[in-house]
Amino acid sequence: MTIELQGVTHRFGDRVVLADVDLVLAERRIGVVGANGSGKSTLARLLNGLVVPTRGRVLVDGLDTARQGAAVRRRVGFVFTDPDAQIVMPTVAEDVAFSLRRSGLDRGQRAARVMQVLQRFGLDGHAHHPAHLLSGGQKQLLALAAVLVTEPSVLVCDEPTTLLDARNARRVADLLSGLPQQLVLVTHHLDQLARFDRVLVVDAGRIVADGPPEAGLAAYDDLLAMGSAT
Amino acid sequence: MIGLYVPGDSPVHRAPAGLKLAVLALLLLVLAVAPTTAVLIEGTAVVVGGAALSGVGARAVVAQVRPLLWVVVPVAVLQLLITGPAAAVRVVGALVLAVAAAGLVTLTTRTEELLDVLISVLRPLRRVGVDPDRVALVLALAVRSVPVLAGLAAEVRQARAARGAERSLRAFAVPLVIRSLRHADRLGEALAARGVDD
Repeated sequence: MTIELQGVTHRFGDRVVLADVDLVLAERRIGVVGANGSGKSTLARLLNGLVVPTRGRVLVDGLDTARQGAAVRRRVGFVFTDPDAQIVMPTVAEDVAFSLRRSGLDRGQRAARVMQVLQRFGLDGHAHHPAHLLSGGQKQLLALAAVLVTEPSVLVCDEPTTLLDARNARRVADLLSGLPQQLVLVTHHLDQLARFDRVLVVDAGRIVADGPPEAGLAAYDDLLAMGSAT
Repeated sequence: MIGLYVPGDSPVHRAPAGLKLAVLALLLLVLAVAPTTAVLIEGTAVVVGGAALSGVGARAVVAQVRPLLWVVVPVAVLQLLITGPAAAVRVVGALVLAVAAAGLVTLTTRTEELLDVLISVLRPLRRVGVDPDRVALVLALAVRSVPVLAGLAAEVRQARAARGAERSLRAFAVPLVIRSLRHADRLGEALAARGVDD
């Protein structure tokens, strides 16, 4: 799937968060790095219409996120940093089932699909447990399961491992790398991007480097060394 | 409805959520209108029998009632002073029985099933602009938010203690409100990402 950003600028009030971004994202694995406040989370949110640009447009498979947001969100799943904010139902299975409420499947089919996904993520033993009793890593796996159960073509993840310990971060990263979906991963864990197809470096609302991981990460290192990363 | 569903395959678990809610509503109605000793005994028998049949365990049912203690004790004292011991037993008994019955329903029924019933019941109100799905979602979020807010409150209490301000109400209330609002903001964004408004 191709995502195009055409002359995208986004402001929050007077503050320009992203400025004149032109991108065509077609690679299978795309990493986004940048300091806090650089604009990378806004860039991620633009990709599924959670944020619509102040100027310019974002097209997902030709669909404009500003006018066809619902269709875009059916194609582009989004995983947030804090799974506690993403889990909306009291129990694990119910939260995954919530994603299927408009799927047209009957209750039995929904339950079967939910169990299938929970098994894949190793959460089937917790299906009827209260979601708030899961560990941080399990909660993030649940958040992922709840998004992937709808089988989106693209998955955008905004720092999904930032709140996790090293073991769970590795587990989630491994899981992400094995997904068949196109993946856009915003992260501070640079090692996760080593095998990616492309890395974007965002600084002060601009894409300052764009290329294969070695080049992208080297550019980010230079940026950090110069101390200019916001 | 605080997300304490205990999985099981008992007849109580398998009974339709609508039936369980109807029985609960009937019991609450009778308790409100005529909380006689006979009603209390019969109601208790239904709840105890249901709990035994469901296999959720007495401890789980008692846990549903325990938070009521701080209400029950002053009510009991007040009733004793004003209306006498018989009325106090009836009022307190009705209160405890009502909560235990509601607790048994939530312990044996998935939230999703309860919300489906609610949506069906509210469906006729679509004509006057009520969105049953939205009402059900609000209730589900309220249930889900209880442990999240409890967790936030615990974090804020610890942060307050770490800074030596254990007794400061402001050091508790301000960060708790801010964190709660931030959580609500993130939750709204997550709901949008999951297509709730689509």
